[in-house]
Amino acid sequence: MSGARKGPTFIQLAPWIYTAALFLLWEGAVRLFALPVTFLPAPTRIAEAIVQYWGPIWTNSLQTLYTTLLGFVLAMVGGLAIGLLIGWSRSIYAGLYPLMIGFNAIPKVAVVPILIIWFGIGSIPAIITAFLISFFPIVVNVATGLATIEPETEDILRALGAKKMDIMIKVGIPRSMPYFFASLKVAITLAFVGSVLSETVGSNTGLGNMMAAAQSRFNVPLVFAGLVMLAIEGIVMYAIMAWVERRMTGWAHRSSM
Amino acid sequence: MHLVNIDDVEMRYGGPEGTLAVSGLNVKMDRGEFVAVVGPSGCGKSTLMKLTTGLQRPQKGAVVVAGQEVTRPISIVGMAFQNPIMLPWRTTLDNILLPLEIVEKHRRRIRTHRKEYIERAEHLLELVGLKGFGPKYPWQLSGGMQQRANLCRALIHEPELLMLDEPFGALDAFTREELWCVIRDLHAESDVTVMLVTHDLRESAFLADRILVLSARPGRVIADHRVPFERPRDLDLLFDSDFNHLVQDLHAEIARARDAA
Repeated sequence: MSGARKGPTFIQLAPWIYTAALFLLWEGAVRLFALPVTFLPAPTRIAEAIVQYWGPIWTNSLQTLYTTLLGFVLAMVGGLAIGLLIGWSRSIYAGLYPLMIGFNAIPKVAVVPILIIWFGIGSIPAIITAFLISFFPIVVNVATGLATIEPETEDILRALGAKKMDIMIKVGIPRSMPYFFASLKVAITLAFVGSVLSETVGSNTGLGNMMAAAQSRFNVPLVFAGLVMLAIEGIVMYAIMAWVERRMTGWAHRSSM
Repeated sequence: MHLVNIDDVEMRYGGPEGTLAVSGLNVKMDRGEFVAVVGPSGCGKSTLMKLTTGLQRPQKGAVVVAGQEVTRPISIVGMAFQNPIMLPWRTTLDNILLPLEIVEKHRRRIRTHRKEYIERAEHLLELVGLKGFGPKYPWQLSGGMQQRANLCRALIHEPELLMLDEPFGALDAFTREELWCVIRDLHAESDVTVMLVTHDLRESAFLADRILVLSARPGRVIADHRVPFERPRDLDLLFDSDFNHLVQDLHAEIARARDAA
């Protein structure tokens, strides 16, 4: 392993190499089969579109990021609260869980028109859709963390006279934190799905709206430019969540320390 | 005056049709005594622990500890289980201090008198041979070391009664013998009363003043041996012929109890 010391290792470079390989293959395939740009634009053509339409792409990206993050923060707060609540009490769990599964099973695309009727065209339906779609995994994970406390731990603390609140604060909440932060990585990517979905169905801003408009004008490179921007935003937010996770609950990832 | 007095106790889990865990159970323990409880598996040893600490209430009979009937968890006990269950987000020292954040008597003082408590924890760590390991995280310790730290945690609030539920079951033979000596010394140094639940008959004979043999479920005491060996005992005792006779007798009794079931 003499190469490990100087410069980045192959493992560190691998994400870049694989990504570059994907784009190269894509570029090659488009050229080789002479695919029309309205079917599948080559990466270079997409890059051109990004440069050409940078103004609207940038403002719409920020708009999507804004609605996604707001919905995500609401889901984070609400998910943590509900997760702790249903982890706290068996009866609340029994009552709420079927309801939540039901809500989660409803296709969000069917909910957006209702949200638009209630709140009008604008950011609010996108924020709420992002919230609705990313809320569930957070709740389930936090509740799982609480439900898997070792009975012996509870026995030891209860034998010392611990109240339910003591056990929650000393053990339950710290113990569910790795589950919570892990769920944030899933939730943030889902939140993007939610906000873009809402923007596509009915909105006049955001990447979803921009792509829908571009599609109706057969501006396929711009559609792909929107997808690329979404992918980049998703990866960046995921990386931030992964970083937060490691910072907050490093003790749960000891094997890699 | 006994510290622990369990009088004709019956305990059934899961309603009137449920399993009868113990029945007609009588246990008396003097202050400072070291009592080991052995028996076939499923004989209600853990139930005995839960009844004594107030985690469970009996349907019949009475459990009296330190002159008071046990109706809810009592904080004069310290507990250690086979699984050391250290909290991985706390250092070993903070794990040991955990009971002090719970027990009524200490929880108001821990913030203001933290230094004094840390000194007490470090003294305990030194007693069990873990000096300087306080700042380490539990997962940086071996299984035997975690179990030592677990003992410190069980003792930090100076309990009158120490309950050990197969604390060394998961350790290798040599580590186990080392920890027997740790327990022996802790017991010799303080006036703590110990109830040790174990499957290991040599462990019970080496450590205890008295060994109670439980029957198969529903558990009750079928034999009460006074262990005659002088204290302080050392590990050579394990090769003594009287010692091995006692272990063989215990073994035979438990085998009979199993067959009777």
